[in-house]
Amino acid sequence: MSRAPAIEAVDVRRSYDLGAEQVHALRGVSFTVSDGEYAAIIGPSGSGKSTLMHLLGCLDRPTSGTLRVDGRDVAALSDAELARLRNEAIGFVFQAFQLLSRSSALDNVALPLLYRGVPRAERRERAEAALRAVNLGHRLGHRPTQMSGGEQQRVAIARALVGEPRILLADEPTGNLDSRNGAEVMRILEELNAVSGVAVVLVTHDAEVAARARRQVRVRDGLVELDTAAANPAQEPVPDPARGGRVAAAGEERA
Amino acid sequence: MKGWEAFRVALDALRANRLRSLLTMLGVIIGVAAVVVVVSIGAGAREQIESQVEGLGSNLILVVPGEAGQRGAPTVSRMTLADEQLLERVVGDPAAVTARLSSGERIRAGAASAFTTVHGADADMPRVFDRPLADGSYLTATDVDTRRRVAVLGSRTAEQLFADADPVGRQVTVGGTRFRVIGVLAEQGESFGVSQDDEVHIPITTAQRILGVDRVDAFAVRAPNSEVVPAVSRQLHAALKERYPDQPFSAITQTQILGVIGNILGLLTSVLAAIAGISLLVGGVGVSNIMLVSVRERTKEIGLRKALGARQRDVLAQFLVEAVLLTTIGGVLGILIGVVGSVLLDRFSPLPAAVEWWSPVVAFAVSAAVGVFFGVFPARRAGRLDPVVALRTE
Ligand SMILES: Nc1ncnc2c1ncn2[C@@H]1O[C@H](COP(=O)(O)OP(=O)(O)O)[C@@H](O)[C@H]1O
Ligand SMILES: [Mg+2]
Repeated sequence: MSRAPAIEAVDVRRSYDLGAEQVHALRGVSFTVSDGEYAAIIGPSGSGKSTLMHLLGCLDRPTSGTLRVDGRDVAALSDAELARLRNEAIGFVFQAFQLLSRSSALDNVALPLLYRGVPRAERRERAEAALRAVNLGHRLGHRPTQMSGGEQQRVAIARALVGEPRILLADEPTGNLDSRNGAEVMRILEELNAVSGVAVVLVTHDAEVAARARRQVRVRDGLVELDTAAANPAQEPVPDPARGGRVAAAGEERA
Repeated sequence: MKGWEAFRVALDALRANRLRSLLTMLGVIIGVAAVVVVVSIGAGAREQIESQVEGLGSNLILVVPGEAGQRGAPTVSRMTLADEQLLERVVGDPAAVTARLSSGERIRAGAASAFTTVHGADADMPRVFDRPLADGSYLTATDVDTRRRVAVLGSRTAEQLFADADPVGRQVTVGGTRFRVIGVLAEQGESFGVSQDDEVHIPITTAQRILGVDRVDAFAVRAPNSEVVPAVSRQLHAALKERYPDQPFSAITQTQILGVIGNILGLLTSVLAAIAGISLLVGGVGVSNIMLVSVRERTKEIGLRKALGARQRDVLAQFLVEAVLLTTIGGVLGILIGVVGSVLLDRFSPLPAAVEWWSPVVAFAVSAAVGVFFGVFPARRAGRLDPVVALRTE
């Protein structure tokens, strides 16, 4: 049985009604993300990249058009169902990390499982495994304030993956990092994509980062200007054989 | 998310902001402590007064002029000693009726002097009021008949005038007349810090002469048993009414006194508790206010939790539990302070206080209700936050 694509967007629009004027942040985007894909969204500031990411992540609903995430029509879901879809199908990585500053790395990573109703002992076990997968096994009890930016972003990645989502969305994940830490974060994302098969969609301003992705989507003025997937659909993943880290294999039975 | 998890998340948040949490609770702590203390004092006062009234015995009837419970100037009595026989006939026992005429006077003994209540009384007083003697003897019928100038002192008055010396056989002066002390009454103790033993008993006939009157302020009647009290008091009333058709009389029983005192104290306690309760309400407003601030401060956190899969009701529960925890922890602290405060008050101040078992229970329930009531608004606001907007705030 063939499975629905991880994400399927058809003519998705998102407008903001500001009373006096309408802001058309997305003006008809069609876009498919398959399992195991690794795509970079690029485009000038204000072009609609974050708006698109929010839609893909089910934090928001399109004004019009059809958006299916994990095979489910986002427009038809209630707030609670949407929350559940986010929890199960999506992992987020934010530019500003968005960690709870008073909680330990372990508790931060376990948070998505809390909302899934996973028992505490299992939460901790899985959170620890996720932290080990991003090479932070020695930082379990540390708080975000006691960690470098690179480490914090790795905690955030562990949190995004602990629930074994189908899609990982990262909005400028290296935006707040120096180039060395940025490179480390990118390497981890690539490795996770290769090993676990989670689809990765990331927004970046960094041409080098974008170039490493197998697929580039360029957005301008709320429209997709260029999508390399359409030009070259059958690209092979590029795993990094130097690293052997492994996350629980969420994507395996799905792929 | 399970309820227990919301509890844990909320507790962590309160711990992270200990000082603020404590200050937020302060209003509730003070409100609850105040209510508990006020209720304890009300209960203590009632207990004390009741035990004193009950000490009189449940078959005591006081016959006084005027209508009990009516406002207005106190009626001057027109009863005289001649009425005593009438009342004695009603009860069927001469020893069960005693007359009383009271007046505030200065009493002296040598250089010592004190202001005290002088009771004109007769030989039946100790039995009717159940007042034993500590020393010497009480007034006799002959003392009353011959208007003897003899006096029986209350224990405190005796102490004030004679310190540790034995007053029996000594002289005292009341209203310019010299009296020989023949006895001292047993101690009754204090009520609200006021001694009940500050008194002098002299023959009622002597008192009438000193004061230049022939009235009797009141008769006290001891009914044979408590069952006949209502009937006897009706008969007493009727008998007096027949003799003085145009003067109102009341025959007051212990049950009536207890009822009136209970009503007054109950009302007083509720009014004071309501005033104390207002501070609890103000505390609730404080909790609401801080929760709103907290929701604003943690907007980003809320956005993040929602992005990770928290539903509206998960976030609502988190903040509601936080508010209820604030008020219930505050409530428990307030109860502790209130209970300890009541015990200390009772022991170290003239105010009586008795902790009623239900007051901490009610106080706890009310503080939890205050938490829900004042927490719902901020919690709903948190639950409804749009995750995209919340994540974007700085
Ligand atoms: N909540 C909003 N209300 C009004 N306009 C918005 C809102 N969010 C985004 N926009 C507008 O939509 C456009 C796209 O924004 P965004 O998706 O953040 O762009 P990017 O991430 O590519 O910089 C911008 O013009 C922005 O001002
Ligand atoms: Mg953006």
